[in-house]
Amino acid sequence: MADTTLDAKGLNCPLPILRAKKALKSMEAGQTLAIEATDPGSAKDFESFCNQTGNELVSSSEENNIYHFEIRKT
Amino acid sequence: MADQKKLAIIATKGTLDFAYPPLILATTAAALDYEVTIFWTFYGLQVLKKERNLKISPLGNPGMPMPIPMPVLIQALPGMESMATVMMKQKMASKGVASIEELYDMAVESDVHMIACQMTVDLFDFKHSELLDGIEYAGAARFFEVAQEADISLFI
Repeated sequence: MADTTLDAKGLNCPLPILRAKKALKSMEAGQTLAIEATDPGSAKDFESFCNQTGNELVSSSEENNIYHFEIRKT
Repeated sequence: MADQKKLAIIATKGTLDFAYPPLILATTAAALDYEVTIFWTFYGLQVLKKERNLKISPLGNPGMPMPIPMPVLIQALPGMESMATVMMKQKMASKGVASIEELYDMAVESDVHMIACQMTVDLFDFKHSELLDGIEYAGAARFFEVAQEADISLFI
C-alpha cells in the first residue's frame, strides 16, 4: 500500500504533474505516492518527471484507460 | 540550490489560447524544480490584469477546429468572438484543462517570478493598480540579466 494516494482522473496536462508535485512536497523521503490518471499523456510525463526530479517511478501501468503510477520520494 | 536549473520565458500574446503555453510551461518547470521567470510584454500584459477578459478569435486562424464549417465573413460578425470564447472555455472545462486563473495562481504559488515590461505598460496606459500584485516592473536589460543565467529561454 502506498503512503499517499492522488486521484488525478479527469485532469489534463499539466495538472496531474502539478498535483503530484504538491503531494510529494508534504511527504517524507522513502514514502510512496500512488496516482490514478486518465490523461494518456501522463504515462510519458510521469516517467520524465521522475527522470528529472530524481524521484523513483516504482511502477507504471494502464488498465481500462486508467493509468496507475507509484512514485517513491527520494 | 546553487545548481538549480533556470527557465526564462518572454510571453507576448494576449488571447485566451496563447495565455496557456507560458503558464503551462512555467508551472511544469517549477514542478521540475526550475527557477522560473516570465517576462510579460505587449499583449501578454492582458494575462496580468486583475480584471482579465481573455478572448479567443477564429478570425485569421484557419487552424482552429470549428464545429461546423464557417466562412470567414461570418466569423467577423459581432458576437462571434464571445461565442468562440464561451465554446472554448466549455470545451476546456469538459476536458479537465485548467483555467488561466488556476494556472496563474499555481505559478505564483510555486514562486514563478513575474516581470511586466514597463515600456508596454506605459504604451497601453495601464496602471500598476490594474495589474496583479507581486509583479516586478522592468525593461529589456532586466530580461537579459535573467536570461544569461537561464538554461532555457523561450519566446512565446
